[in-house]
Amino acid sequence: MSDVRLVWLFIRLGMLHELAYGTNLVVQVVSSTLGLVAALLLLLAMFAQTETLAGWRAPELLVVLGVFYLVTGLLGTLVRPSLQAFVDDVLRGTLDFTLTRPRDAQVLVSTKQVEVWQLVDVGLGLGLLGSALVQLDGRVGPAQAVGFVVALGAGILTMYSCCMLLATLAFWFVRMDNVLIVFLSFWEAGRWPVDMYPGWLRGTLTFIIPVAFATTVPAQVLTGQVAVVAVLGTLAAAGVLLAVARLVWLRGLRRYTGASA
Amino acid sequence: MVPESLRTAVAVVRAQFTVSLAVQFQYRAAQAIWLVFFVLQPVLYLSIWSTVARSSGGQVGGYEPRALAGYFLCSMWLIHLTFNGVLVFFEARVRRGDFSPLLLRPVHPIVADLADNLAYKVLTLPLLGAATVGLVIAFQPLVAPPAWAVALVAPALLLAFVVRFVTTWLVALSAFWLVRTQAVIQAYLLLLLFLGGQAAPLSVLPGWAQAIARASPFPWMLAFPTELLLGRLAPSEAATGLGMQLLWAAASLVLLRRCWRAAVRRYTAVGG
Repeated sequence: MSDVRLVWLFIRLGMLHELAYGTNLVVQVVSSTLGLVAALLLLLAMFAQTETLAGWRAPELLVVLGVFYLVTGLLGTLVRPSLQAFVDDVLRGTLDFTLTRPRDAQVLVSTKQVEVWQLVDVGLGLGLLGSALVQLDGRVGPAQAVGFVVALGAGILTMYSCCMLLATLAFWFVRMDNVLIVFLSFWEAGRWPVDMYPGWLRGTLTFIIPVAFATTVPAQVLTGQVAVVAVLGTLAAAGVLLAVARLVWLRGLRRYTGASA
Repeated sequence: MVPESLRTAVAVVRAQFTVSLAVQFQYRAAQAIWLVFFVLQPVLYLSIWSTVARSSGGQVGGYEPRALAGYFLCSMWLIHLTFNGVLVFFEARVRRGDFSPLLLRPVHPIVADLADNLAYKVLTLPLLGAATVGLVIAFQPLVAPPAWAVALVAPALLLAFVVRFVTTWLVALSAFWLVRTQAVIQAYLLLLLFLGGQAAPLSVLPGWAQAIARASPFPWMLAFPTELLLGRLAPSEAATGLGMQLLWAAASLVLLRRCWRAAVRRYTAVGG
């Protein structure tokens, strides 16, 4: 069975598991919608007395928010719950059950747990992007669209590598089982373009925990603020980070000793 | 004469507190990580609203950048002093049956949660203090409350803590009925974020949103004590605020008693 089919199987199993809790799903839709309404209200309040914020206009900020919801949903469906389960497994010594399976451990660990209701955020993000595109009417050409998709993919892979690197720290620092909170705290900054933050924070969000690559840069490519060619840079960064995450993962795996029978 | 049950509760809190402090000290790296979240979130919102203020003629919702810095740094402290981690582990307690030993104790399980919470704060407040020094240097907040406001901060903080603790426990109790409560918890945290003044000072919101907020318990957990500490409230507003806090504290305690009895009746566990 190929890795892709395996991941698809995990996703289906996860969906079956989650759909058993129907109320949770309904509440999730309501809650996410409320959150979106509130975020839009705040955006309205922000633009009450000005046309631009740090050089960004309202529709462009909407694009950033849409990308934020989209990536939050995608990461939250598969990557985040799986890596949190992985960290818990290392703490309890039950990672053995995953390691003894005949597939690459990193793939298994990254896809083990699925939270289907996070897809609501993906839907909301797409909706936001759609309405933002309508407001930007006509300024988005095919080159920008393609560049956007590539930049988005690179950004998602970059965020995955970040999460993976943080989660792999569990092999060395077993008692930091909430290490993903570090990522999630910085991830919140992705709601708005990094230009709105003070210099030191902007630097952190570009070079240390590169949230800028996941939301600001794809938005800049889509709205034409950045040349499409810059997308190659993001692809390179994503590739490098994936390789680094893989190497650190393999080192960490060698350290692991389990506790299961 | 102090009633037997109260003396038992105090003894349990003291014992649980000591044990919890020792346990949490072993996991001090994890506790420090939670601080990253507590410090970063207000800094993010502060940066955003400062940018808005600078682009909108120097102020937003009646706050200039330095006043915004004061608001978010004060609210950072108030959030940390009033928060509790109940939501994080409550669902697991119900789903895995970890509640069984807690229900056998001679005191209400909430007492143990209270002790754990206090131990966490004792452990992390020094770190928060160190972070605050850096933030004050970076953002230069303006905080100038009148003396009477400072005197009222302690009761306001205590009431805010009670309202928040009990309300959080109530939300967590939904686990007895829904089992999977992640969405409910997310909804609650969202309401606290927007209606409680965590994401933005309430004066930034449109009038109707502020009215909705003030009808909910959330501003009384956070926005009210923050505004009091900043010295932005008139004495009559402060008095009304304290009254509302008392009201919500009483209402949530009454609700907790009712819901707790119903919850325990529903609870079944295997093994444990």
